[in-house]
Amino acid sequence: MPSRTSAISTVSPLLALAMRPLPLLPLQPLLAVLLHRIERRHSGIFERLGDHAGKRFGIRPTDLPFAFVLEPKPLHPRVSAVRYLPGRLDACVSGTLAALVGLVEGAFDGDALFFSRDLRIEGDIEAVLALRNAIDDAQIDLVGEALDGLGPLKAPAERILRDML
Amino acid sequence: MELICPAGTPAALKAAVEAGADAVYCGFRDETNARNFPGLNFSREELRAAIALAHERGVKVLVAINTFARAGALDVWHRAVDDAVEAGADALILADVGLLDYASRRHPDQRLHVSVQAAAANPDVIRFYVEAFGARRVVLPRVLSVAEIAAIVREVDCETEVFVFGGLCVMAEGRCSLSSYVTGKSPNMQGVCSPASHVSYHEADGGTVSRLGDFTINVFAEDEPVGYPTLCKGRFRTEHGAGYIFEEPVSLDAATQLLGLHEAGVTALKIEGRQRGRAYIERVVRSFRQALDALEAGLPVETTELIAMTEGQATTVGAYRKTWR
Repeated sequence: MPSRTSAISTVSPLLALAMRPLPLLPLQPLLAVLLHRIERRHSGIFERLGDHAGKRFGIRPTDLPFAFVLEPKPLHPRVSAVRYLPGRLDACVSGTLAALVGLVEGAFDGDALFFSRDLRIEGDIEAVLALRNAIDDAQIDLVGEALDGLGPLKAPAERILRDML
Repeated sequence: MELICPAGTPAALKAAVEAGADAVYCGFRDETNARNFPGLNFSREELRAAIALAHERGVKVLVAINTFARAGALDVWHRAVDDAVEAGADALILADVGLLDYASRRHPDQRLHVSVQAAAANPDVIRFYVEAFGARRVVLPRVLSVAEIAAIVREVDCETEVFVFGGLCVMAEGRCSLSSYVTGKSPNMQGVCSPASHVSYHEADGGTVSRLGDFTINVFAEDEPVGYPTLCKGRFRTEHGAGYIFEEPVSLDAATQLLGLHEAGVTALKIEGRQRGRAYIERVVRSFRQALDALEAGLPVETTELIAMTEGQATTVGAYRKTWR
């Protein structure tokens, strides 16, 4: 059987190290705005999630010094940045930032990332599949949505961010 | 040869159309199709919109209603047939003889295809579907060699469709009880093989352990590619040693067999993977579109490297080139 060779890029360890002391609190309003945009423009996600919309998902970028907790409740979706994932989660998805962003944007196939060990999943697998399928159908431009509102700075900012990925 | 492509969501259907599909197959968001996975499939409204989009681009939509109807709930399957016809489906893909009978009587002008779930693997049974229900095409099970397919094509009076890429079911499809044995749910009845609700993964001893219900399916070493947690691709310890009993985690890739399948008289080539994401659909469909275009132009078929899309990061030509082992 062939051994694992990942083609997915990782955030520079130096950059990750530089991010380590930064406070997470300023991320919170940015994440809230991003989630609100996605909720407004891609409301079909919640219908596809069905009963799984009430679950708590841990999202762990393995090359960043923090993680996220996602609660995609239809009326009150929430996402929070955390240093360490809490114990009480329904499911957890781990991978490099590039793998996770590429998965959301449809650049990568979830099963293929899983087969190559670039994505790890634990917990409620049914909920993870529902989330993956709902997001894949939504065709979200995650980086574009995150930078929306920057006006003429959006294009250069997007180039820098995508280069990082 | 037509290229038949999978779509688990409207976005995937759009990706398949744009990548060069001649037809896309999909199913309703319920137990009537064999890919009844969470977050997947089409509502009635989504199917109508998808068919309109596909038809604008000259692409056909085939609706899979290919599980076996549950006793006492026939109306669920009958409604699926009626709604797919009403939505303008170009063909229905059916496996249950009762449902084939219903569809052929209720919608005599509707094109019917016999699903791979019917496991129709010889001329006699195919003739039965053609004569009894007017089936126009049969999707052949993945247990036949190219020579066996050619022999069937010569003897039957309907079109044939074969799988060329994707998940490889090595059992008699529609009759496999492995998933049902472990979880109580099967692709044949509930539309789910090894349902996610019964799957778990955890890290242990430097490897990833996959479990289905109460059974450990596999323990993957840290640097080893992973496969689906199905019993048929599990690694077990027996009196003969440890290893894969039925099949290894591997995907079908019959790109090298296209000329042989063409010469055998096959009508359509099918890509498996309604459960896969847009990235898979786009890349695999585009690769086979290019290969088919080259074949039709009499040029050498240059296939794209699709190993990254495969289960276990490995491919096989499956039964198309049978060898003893």
